[in-house]
Amino acid sequence: MRYKLLVNIAIALSMARWKQTLVAAVGVTFSITMFITLLGFMNGLNDMLDGLILNRTPHIKLYNELKPSLVQPVQLASAFKGHYHFIRSVKPYGGRLEIYNVNPIMDAVAKDERVLGIAPKISTQVFYTVGAVDVAGVINGVDVEAENNLFFFSTYVTTGDYIDLKNIPNTIILGKAAADKMLAKIGDVIQVTTVTGEQQQLKVVGYFQSGLNDLDKVQSYTSLNTAQKLLGESRNYITDLQVKLKDIELAPAMAKEYSALFGIDAEDIQTANSQFETGSSVRSTISYAVGITLLIVAGFGIYNILNMMIYEKMDSIAILKATGFSGKDVKRIFIMIALSIGVIGVMFGLIFGFLMSSLIDQIPFDTPALPRIKTFPINYSLKFYIIGATFGIFTTYLAGYLPSRKASKVDPVVIIRGK
Amino acid sequence: MSTKVLEAIKINKHFDGAQVQQVLKDVSFSIDKGDFASIVGKSGCGKSTLLYILSTMDTDYEGDLIIDHQPMRLKSEAELARVRNEKIGFVFQFHYLLNEFSVVRNVMIPGLKLGKYSEKELEERAMEKLKIFGIDDQARKMPNQLSGGQKQRVAIARALINDPLIIMGDEPTGNLDKKNSEIVFDLFQKLAREYQQTLLIVTHDMEFAQATDHVIEMEDGRIIK
Repeated sequence: MRYKLLVNIAIALSMARWKQTLVAAVGVTFSITMFITLLGFMNGLNDMLDGLILNRTPHIKLYNELKPSLVQPVQLASAFKGHYHFIRSVKPYGGRLEIYNVNPIMDAVAKDERVLGIAPKISTQVFYTVGAVDVAGVINGVDVEAENNLFFFSTYVTTGDYIDLKNIPNTIILGKAAADKMLAKIGDVIQVTTVTGEQQQLKVVGYFQSGLNDLDKVQSYTSLNTAQKLLGESRNYITDLQVKLKDIELAPAMAKEYSALFGIDAEDIQTANSQFETGSSVRSTISYAVGITLLIVAGFGIYNILNMMIYEKMDSIAILKATGFSGKDVKRIFIMIALSIGVIGVMFGLIFGFLMSSLIDQIPFDTPALPRIKTFPINYSLKFYIIGATFGIFTTYLAGYLPSRKASKVDPVVIIRGK
Repeated sequence: MSTKVLEAIKINKHFDGAQVQQVLKDVSFSIDKGDFASIVGKSGCGKSTLLYILSTMDTDYEGDLIIDHQPMRLKSEAELARVRNEKIGFVFQFHYLLNEFSVVRNVMIPGLKLGKYSEKELEERAMEKLKIFGIDDQARKMPNQLSGGQKQRVAIARALINDPLIIMGDEPTGNLDKKNSEIVFDLFQKLAREYQQTLLIVTHDMEFAQATDHVIEMEDGRIIK
């Protein structure tokens, strides 16, 4: 009953100045709209750029690194125990790049509950022989299906069918830039020379376009079998195991665990690509800062309008107080006005923010580097809407708080005697 | 003793400016139930200041104020607001109606605030009060469509809505022409005589004051009669 009366008075006061009230609400709407749009767009771009690398990067990569042996023979010799060893010019041990006991390791990792999937890979340096010229490149032998399931291989194969790699022996999918350089068309046969001098004819069944031109200049894909044949190795020859986890945050800890467990090198995605996270977080921070600034500016608008309303309605406040409304009641009335401006403004802001995002989502964005992207990317995460709404209402509350405190302190005697 | 609705005991007040100026000096008096009292005096003698202290709106004074046997000295701002709402009705020189609400709504607002009656009952009561003053036909209009005299009558109806213990008026006819002043004065008479309403009116109109039961005359912050 009492609240109903306060609400009635709040409505009457804001309706008496409905144009100003509307302007204040539009200010909030505008800032929330921009906040949502900005963050949606910025994070859409972030996701796209991160996706360029992160989608295709294993969360943990298991491999054998070429490196000098940690323990040199002299250190093992009992005769020199307790001596200082000065060893110069240590060179990496020319060991094998392949992973030992690859099948048991794969089984063990695949059984791990935290693991989404595992894809074996063979990575090797080659030369593409074009006429008299040799072009350096890298061939990745992949398990085509696992690669597609975990790393969206098919989305990067812009021409041809990725599954042909598996179904047709001795086939290759060339990086688009490499293919352009070699003038290789689909169906052509190119010659590949390995570092050990072996030569092999491979048929081009597709082009691969990652969005990173430098990568496309060198990288090509074949099936695991083709790569093993090319290198003259057995069917157990695997150089990398790519592990994708259910929770990416576990990668650093699990990389250490696997490294210790299997006695091989393990690299997690956070270590390999730390610069991407930095870039993303800086971009997000900037968009939050801009969005929140907009909201604060809208808050000042509300503050001004309420202040003006209080000056205009001094008489009404005085008589309300004289007839038995306490300072607290008066404060509540003005807080209610501020909050209703806030809530209505925020509501429309969220709707317009969504519409604006959808609009940007329709704008064509064609870039040869990103064959998958046809329109500007937008992230529709609910998070932005919740943050926008919370912060919007909080700002309007603050903007209403100071003027309403002033209103509650109005001394009716001063106003009434002043007449 | 039990009929005293308002009692002022040795009320002192001074304004602290460049030099301290005492505006009320040991003011003591009481108003009994059913009294029709007036405070008169020259302008600047402190009569309005006294009224605002009695109304609980001004709390910056020394001495004691007792309304309905309760001391007001130590009450919080919210408690005082409640006392004003329930026990005191105000009529000012200016009507102070809320332009955003209709006439009947204006009369109802202090009642809605008190919450003793339902909205429907209050509306009936408000119409009753307006009828006493012969302006029930204006009830649905907005205040700015009324004449000055009508507005003042609405303000008096508003003061009556919670059946207050006492009605206080600060020059209630000060802003009105002769004819309307008479109407308002007659209304106060009617309230005092027919409804035994306790009234305390500040005025400088001697003619008005002479017609009341009890005249408190002030000069230089003191009661002289």
